[in-house]
Parts: sequence; structure tokens; C-alpha cells
Amino acid sequence: MAYSQRLSRKAIAWLIGAVLVLPLTTFAEVPSPVIPKAKGDKCVRPTEIMRKDHMKFLLHHREETVREGIRTKKDSLKECIACHNAPDKNGKVARIGSPEHFCSTCHNYAAVKIDCFECHADKPANTQYRHSLAEGDSPHHPGMKSEDKVLSGKTLEILTAKGDKE
Amino acid sequence: MSHQETDISRRQFLGKAAAAGLMIAPGVMLYKVAQARAPEMPASSSNRWGMLIDTSKCATGCSDCVTACQTENGWGGENSNEVHSAPTQQAHWIRKVKLTDKQTGHVQSLPLMCQHCENPPCVDVCPTGASMKRADGIVLVDKHICIGCRYCMMACPYKARSFIHEELHNQIPYAPRGKGTVESCTMCVQRVDNNGTPACVEACNSEGHKAMYFGDLNDPSSDISKRLKEYGATEIRADLELNTGVRYQGI
Repeated sequence: MAYSQRLSRKAIAWLIGAVLVLPLTTFAEVPSPVIPKAKGDKCVRPTEIMRKDHMKFLLHHREETVREGIRTKKDSLKECIACHNAPDKNGKVARIGSPEHFCSTCHNYAAVKIDCFECHADKPANTQYRHSLAEGDSPHHPGMKSEDKVLSGKTLEILTAKGDKE
Repeated sequence: MSHQETDISRRQFLGKAAAAGLMIAPGVMLYKVAQARAPEMPASSSNRWGMLIDTSKCATGCSDCVTACQTENGWGGENSNEVHSAPTQQAHWIRKVKLTDKQTGHVQSLPLMCQHCENPPCVDVCPTGASMKRADGIVLVDKHICIGCRYCMMACPYKARSFIHEELHNQIPYAPRGKGTVESCTMCVQRVDNNGTPACVEACNSEGHKAMYFGDLNDPSSDISKRLKEYGATEIRADLELNTGVRYQGI
């Protein structure tokens, strides 16, 4: 009897201790997303508006583009990606899902799943598609040499700066 | 009374004259100049984009148009992501078809793709409105609202559409494609909207075959309209009365 009483008292004391410590460990602050710097100087709209309503602008623009053939650059997803997920100086580009990708960094944090990039390109120019450029000195693009079939930073900069026009 | 009658006939005459072109001086007519569409302007029904294929110039075994389409739009080829799909399941926007006359043994070759019908059966059957025809006659799939039911594939008499069965990666920025949606020839809408020519036509001409023509069927002064007027052309399955935008010569 005495033993079991002692045990239950011990257990209660332990539980109270655990409850007191719990907030300190479990509810520690989740780090805020690190937002990669965009290539351009200024976004098409103020940041506060874009953070809240970017999906509305994209939805509106997609209807206009697919159904009516309006191809303005302002709310084009392709342009967002070209500016916000441009390759770095080494030609390295973040892919969707990684915390370095402009879209993923917030969407991972907020746990909001997006399916845009199941079809749309998550990076500006498809370097695989432009493999001919990576193969030595292309007659069409003189001076664009590369190592190990990976486009150089300069080449990618030229490609992304000019957009993806054929 | 008679004065009024004269007026009406005069008005009708002027109307006809205006339709043909504005006479600014005797013998000098000012026609509407075909202008390039600005990016903010929607596609207009004053255009109807079409293609003309001269089968007599289309060589058996040549697949330059197919390769150009693959490179432009990122389907098929060596870098295809569709590794688990059987060849008959994989995307096929444009294919070369060989026609053999059993009696004479005469062989013809032609590229077959979406015929961009004026009355497209794929649009009729689509339950969501994803399968659609643009104002300028280009038939497209709005993949945002395509549920992948594949009714349109069954309705198409030309077997022009494909369904994507597996996840795709490394899509081209201007040619989004993905799992669970139907796709087909877009007449290179991204090029047409920039006042360009479809990749297949460009490749056929740059290789010197000159078997494919692209242009505005509504514009009587366009190269394609002049050729159609002079030589005529055939619709494949004309009996279905779909009024296709792609026409063939020599079949």
C-alpha cells in the first residue's frame, strides 16, 4: 500500500514537471522562410499585395493566356520564375520542393501544396533542351563555351535575360 | 419615292466598294494592312490559322517536322520522361503516315496532326470545357481544367490526341505539359501569338522540302489562301463536315 502510494505520488510529480517543461521544448519558434533575392530591382506590384494575392493574378492571367492568347508579361508565371528563380553565378538553379526555390520556401513553411509545377517549368530555361549550346563552341552562339555539358553562368545569364523566345 | 430608291442603291454600291477596299485616288486602292497582333490583344476571329500540306513534296522516310515539333514542345524523343508508357501510349502530337494504293502500289507520305476543325468533335464531347477552340480557330486543351477523362481522344477521327500517364520533368517554360491531362498539336500557339510560324512548317521549309505552308485562311492575300484558291486541296474525312484547318494537296 505504502509502496504504491509513493509510486503514484512520484508519477504525479513527474507529470507536473513534464507539463511545465513541455512549452519550452515543443513550441519553440519555427524558423521563418528565407526568401531568395530576385534578379530584377522591383516586383510588378508591392510585396504586401503579391504575398496575399499572387494566386489571384496568376489565375486571371492563365485564363487570358490559354483561352484568348493574351501574352503580356506582367502576371505571367514564366516571368515570375525567370526573375525570382534565376540561376546563380555558377549556373546552379533551385528546383521546386527545395527550400531555396522562391515558391517552395513559403509554401513549405505554410504547408500549402501547389501543383503548378507538375506541368510548368520551375526554372527559367530548360538547359537539357538547349544541349546543343553546351556542346562546344556553337556557331550560332560564339564564345559560349562550357565544361562538362553544363551551361556556364554567363550563357545562362544571356539565355534567361533574353527570355525563352525561340 | 424614286429619289429614295436611288439613295439605297447608291448606299449599297458604296458598301460593296468599301468591302473591296477604299479608293483613295483613281486606280489606287488602300487595303487593310495585315498587322501583327500586340501581346495585350486577344486572338481574333478575323484570323483563321491553317496549314496546307503538299503531299507530292513530302518525302517518305523524312520526319523533320516531327523532330522539330518534339524539340519545340518537348515531347517524345530521347529525353522523353514517359519511360513506363508503351510506345502506343506515349505522347504523339504529329506523326508521319504512309498511304499505299493497293491496286497501283503508289506510296504517299504525309504528316498527320490535329486538324484544327471549325466544328471540333473533341470540343463537343468535353465535359469540363477544357477542350476548346480559340477565336482564331486553333483547337487547344486548357490543361488547368482537363480532368483526363479522354472523351476527346475517342471523339477525334484523326487520333490526334495523347494522354500523359506519368509524371514529367524538365518541361519547356512556354510548353507546359503534365500527368493526367490530354494534349495535342497546338499549332505552336506560343509562336503564332508572337507572329511566328509553327515549328514543323519552319523545319520543312528550312530543310528545303517546302511541303508545308502556314497562314491565315481568312486573308485572301495570304500565300496559303492563294494556293488553296489556285490548286484546291482536300480535307481528310471531308464527309464528317468538320471544316478542317489543315488541308492536303495530292491525296
